[in-house]
Formats: sequence, C-alpha cells, structure tokens
Amino acid sequence: MVQFERIVPAVVAALCLTAGVAVSGTLADVKTKGFVQAGVNGELFGFGKPDEKGVWKGLDVDAARAVAAAIFGDAEKVKYTPLTAKTRFTALQSGEIDVLTRNATQTLGRDTDLGLDFVQVNYYDGQGFLVPNKLGVKNAKALDGASVCVLPGTTTEQNVADYFRQNKLKMNPVVIENNAELAKAFFAGRCDCLTSDASQLAGIRAVAPNPADYSILPEIISKEPLAPAVRHGDNQWKDIVNYAVLAMIEAEELGITSKNIDEMMTSTNPVVQRFLGVTPGNGKALGLDEKWAYNIVKQVGNYSESFERNVGVSTPLMLKRGLNALWNQGGLMYSPPFK
Amino acid sequence: MDTTAPEQIPFLRDPAKLAILYQCLTVLGVGLLSYYLVHNTLANLERQSISTGFGFFGKEAAFEIGEKLISYSAADSYSRALFVGFLNTLIVSFIGIVLTIIFGTILGIARLSTNWLLAKLSAIYIEVFQDIPILLQLFFWYAFFYEMLPGPRQALNPISGLFLCNRGLIFGVPQSHVAYLYAFVALGVACLLIIFLRKWSAKRQAATGRIFPIVRVSFALFISFPLITWWLAGAPTAMNVPSLSGFNFKGGLSISPEFTALLLGLVLYTSAFVAEVVRAGIQSVGKGQKEAAMSIGLKPAHVLNLVILPQALRVIVPPLTSQMLNLTKNSSLAVAIGYPDFVSVAGTTINQTGQAIEGVALIMLVYLAFSLSTSAIMNWYNKKIAIVER
Repeated sequence: MVQFERIVPAVVAALCLTAGVAVSGTLADVKTKGFVQAGVNGELFGFGKPDEKGVWKGLDVDAARAVAAAIFGDAEKVKYTPLTAKTRFTALQSGEIDVLTRNATQTLGRDTDLGLDFVQVNYYDGQGFLVPNKLGVKNAKALDGASVCVLPGTTTEQNVADYFRQNKLKMNPVVIENNAELAKAFFAGRCDCLTSDASQLAGIRAVAPNPADYSILPEIISKEPLAPAVRHGDNQWKDIVNYAVLAMIEAEELGITSKNIDEMMTSTNPVVQRFLGVTPGNGKALGLDEKWAYNIVKQVGNYSESFERNVGVSTPLMLKRGLNALWNQGGLMYSPPFK
Repeated sequence: MDTTAPEQIPFLRDPAKLAILYQCLTVLGVGLLSYYLVHNTLANLERQSISTGFGFFGKEAAFEIGEKLISYSAADSYSRALFVGFLNTLIVSFIGIVLTIIFGTILGIARLSTNWLLAKLSAIYIEVFQDIPILLQLFFWYAFFYEMLPGPRQALNPISGLFLCNRGLIFGVPQSHVAYLYAFVALGVACLLIIFLRKWSAKRQAATGRIFPIVRVSFALFISFPLITWWLAGAPTAMNVPSLSGFNFKGGLSISPEFTALLLGLVLYTSAFVAEVVRAGIQSVGKGQKEAAMSIGLKPAHVLNLVILPQALRVIVPPLTSQMLNLTKNSSLAVAIGYPDFVSVAGTTINQTGQAIEGVALIMLVYLAFSLSTSAIMNWYNKKIAIVER
C-alpha cells in the first residue's frame, strides 16, 4: 500500500532517531560491518538500478562502489537500499545508510536544515521539459496553461512553479509519486509536458513506446548539482567519500584507466606515483590503505569510463558529457591535487 | 450481636485500592515512556543539527497544486497549501461516503432480491470488487481514463457545453448572478420547512391517524422554492461555456480524471463491503416480523420502511461506520494516481522543508480528526436509532 510505503520509513526513522545514532566513527562502524550501506535510487536507469541479472548498475552505484573499493579494496562490498525521493534524507539522518548516492541535488537548505554534508558533485544536471513532438512546442515559454506531469519529492515541483511564475505563465500540475506510473500517464497524453532533471528525461524518453516522438526542450530551468551525501559531523567519513569520488575524476585527468592502471604503476610521473600510492602518504592521511585510489580505478574505473558505461552516448540515455566533461575540456569536473 | 467494627482490610489485599494503584502506575509508566521518546527525539535532532517545529507554516510554499477548492497560488504559505490538500481529502471522502451508502444499499437489497438474475449479478459484483486490492482498482480506473479518452483537441462533445477528454469532464456553468444566491437561500428555507412539516405530520398522524402525503409535498417544496425565486430574480440564463484555448479548456467547471478515478475506485470498492453489511442487517430481522407486518395489511414499501429497516439499521450502523472510516483512510492512496489530497501535499511539504516528523504527525492528526468526527456523528445516530429500553 502506497501510504504505508511512504509513512513507515518516516516513522521508523523517527523511532531510530530516538534510539540515538553515532554521528562520528562511521568508518569504524563500516569496517566492523564489513560493507558500505548505500542509499540508491533503485528505479533510475543509468544512475542506480539493478540490471536484468540483478547486478546494480549506474553512475551513483559506481560512486558507492568507489567508496567500498577505497575502504575494503573490494568494490563489491556494498549493500544497496533503494530509497524514494521522500525517504532518502531520513534514511541517512537515522543511520540506516552510511552514504546517500541517489541523484540528490545539493542545496543550502539540505546542507543546513537537514544536517547533511554533500561531497563532490558526480553529475551536473538541470531541470528541463520533455514534450511530444506532435504538440508543436519549440520552447518552454509556449507552455502557458499546460498540464505538467511532475514527480514529487524533489526540488522539481518548486523549480517548475518558480519558472512559470517568473514568466507569468499558468500551469496545471499532475503529481504522481511513482516514476513508471507518471511516465505511463504522460505517454498516454494526460499531460502536455513532463518535467524533471534532464538526465531523467533522457531515461524516461528511452522507455517511450516510440522515443523519436518526444523531444527535450532547450530550456534548462534550474541548476541541479547531484552529489553524494553523508551525515553532518563526521569529517573523516566525509573526506573518504569526497576523495573516493574525486579519485575517479583525477584518474581521468591523469589518463589512468582500469585497463592501463597496472602499467601506470611503473610511471615515473611523481603526480601519478602519489595518486596510485607508489609514493605513500595519501592513504595514511585518509586513514585508508595506500592502494585505495588504485583499487577504485582498477575495480570501478575512472570517471569517463563510468560515465560512458552508464549514461554516455552509446547507452540508451545518449547523454553527452557537456557540463560533466573535465575542466580542461570545457566542463566543470575538477579535482584538487592529490598530495 | 457482634458490635466490633469490621476488621480493616490490609492495603495490599484490597482489590479496589490495588486497582487504583495499578492504574496510577500504568499512567506513570506511559507518561515516562512518552517523555523519554519525545525528549530523546528532540535531543537527537538537535545533535544532528536538524531544525524542528512548525515554523515552516508561514513560509512561502512555492509549489503549485493541480486541484483546489479555494484560491491558491505558489506564492501562498505552506499552511494554506496544506489546507487546500485537507479540503481535497474532505470533498472526495464526503462525496464518496454519500455515493457508497446509496450504491451499497441498493446492491445489498439487490442481493436479497427474489429476481434470480439481479441477485446473482449483485453477488458476482460484490465478490469481484471485494477481492481486488483497492490500489489496483485505482490504477485501473486512472489508466482507463487517460488511455481511453482523447486529448483536449479531439475532446468528445456529446451535448453542447460539455466536453469529455483525458483532462477531465468539462462543462458549462451558469454565469454568476445574484439570482443563484437567492435561489440557494430559498433552498435552505424549503429544507427547514420540510423538517417542520415532517414533525407536524407525524404528530397529526399519531393524534388523528390521518396520513399526510409528506414525500410528495416535500419534493414539490424542494423543487419549487428555488425555481420560483430564480424566476422572480430575473431568470438569468447566461452560461459560462468552456472553450478550447491553447492546451486546455478555459471557462466552465472541470472534474479531473484523477478525482473521478479516485472517487470511482473508492465508491465501487467500499460499496461491495457496505452491500454485505446491509444484507446482514436485513437478514438479521426475523422472518416473523415481515410476515406479521404483511398480515396486518401493510403495503410492501411500508413493511420495508416501518418494520424491517428500523430494526435492520441497528445492526447496520456500527459496521457501516467502520466502512466509512475505511473509505476516508483509503483516500490517501490518491497520491498513486496524482490527486492532490492531504497526504500528497503534506508529502511535498515534508520533502521541501525536511520536517518529516512534524509532517507525519500532522498527517496522523488530520486522519485522526476525520475518523473521530465521523465516529462521533455515527455514534450519535446509532444511539438515536438504538432500541429504547424501558
């Protein structure tokens, strides 16, 4: 029953809060447990969804696997908790999960009011509109009076309301909780357009009866930096998750891939030597094994490999790197030096 | 004769005093437990720097709601948004309960009908709708509306001023005019008059035995009062007719597919249960009652109205109350098919503000209030129709 699905986690979370949660010492807890408990989407193709064999795949899943590889030297030591947009933060706050890698937008309010800390962004997204071509709409300003299908429990509802208000347009939202049900109603013509993050629009279009009948409008109406999040107050844990994500970006910049990494171990480049732990220091600073970054790249791959494998142009999502290219290739992905 | 005072019973052996002691201890225990839970929650929220309280009520909600009974825009506060959701839940539950009672009663009586086909059809209906989970039924009706009906530009237009499409049922309404206000007042006056008339006719019948045609007169009053007032106030006929403009219809009133699907799903599902309740009630009245009533020459309608129903209602009302509560609570499934009920709006609020504990507490409070007030009304009615024991 939907209402229980929605309310029970919140109540459980409330009870968990009363039980008291260790704010610091997440690394020790994780090591004792022997695995990282990661909160993921569960339904979003390309970001966090099990494939037909039940193996979890996606950009967010890779971030969680990177954390496990850094800690245990084994990217498989992750257990996944599929979370809805509504339950995700409560699950993290209550200690049910150790890290949230579930395409969550970093905002000031979430960073402060919710007691969370966001780490390095692993996907720069923005909200857009998906429309059927037969409607003849070429830009979002022409959507006055439209019925808009919206997935609840994200910043989406607020962004779209803001956009229509700014442009003095009227809208009529249809808010359906379930991703698949929302998409079905949209394809059947219940709404004139569907709004969500552009990456999700690509995912929804990919499952349309005929994807070529739909297009994404040029307007991107919001900034959605999607980043993994941890509980506020455990700085060591935050550092580990942050640098696990950054290691994938740094590896791409250094030209290290899962294929060539063993050759790179003999590289004479001091930057590469430090990164791979040939010259020790980084691991000790984080409280991890010196081969932590090696393990991430070897088992998960660098950012480019993960991107192309999960959401890139050769996948059904057909997303270009865009903002998510490296900083020296016109994108925003930039890692501080690993030294 | 024994004149000594009865021996004092030791405190721990006096069941009356012990009972009081146990109750005090229980109250103390529950009190301490709730203090512990509340205090601990607050302390933990504080420690994890999560803000608490209902301060978000006054903040701008900044999201739109698809259906609203009162004016609302994204610039209004969260409290108004929540009130819009509250009214949406209220209206769907209220209309749902009224329709369910009517339809369920008809079904229940039909199942007992001597007409073989009618009884069997009714039985099949009850079995089928009782056994399919309500959520599936909602999905089915919602999909039925958006899959079967055409888009707004190809809307079905069976009669002038009425359109049917996947945006809902859109129909013309009379242009607002003061005459309608007067007619509405006249309707109220007619209702008061009918109540008064009923009492008078019952008294007269008890005193003299003469029967007053109360149903026909009431019906005439109910129709004629507003109609004559409307005619006297100038008989305005201008209509606010919907017309296609841009993506959707402008003007007129519209009933959305989400609302219709939710209402239909709730009514069809709960009616099956109500039908069984009604059947049980009617079957609980002894056969002899009916035979006795018929043998003194009462008409079949009178047998049902004066003999069977008053006795059956005593059995029907308590389980009927719980079905009404079920319908109200099931209306929270609205979120699955996009109707902005209270749970849906509260959910958005929780997500935007992050105040999950406050939000869930609010949801529980609202449903508790709905349930308690429904129960209170039904208990009052139950007491009224219960056997008066002398």
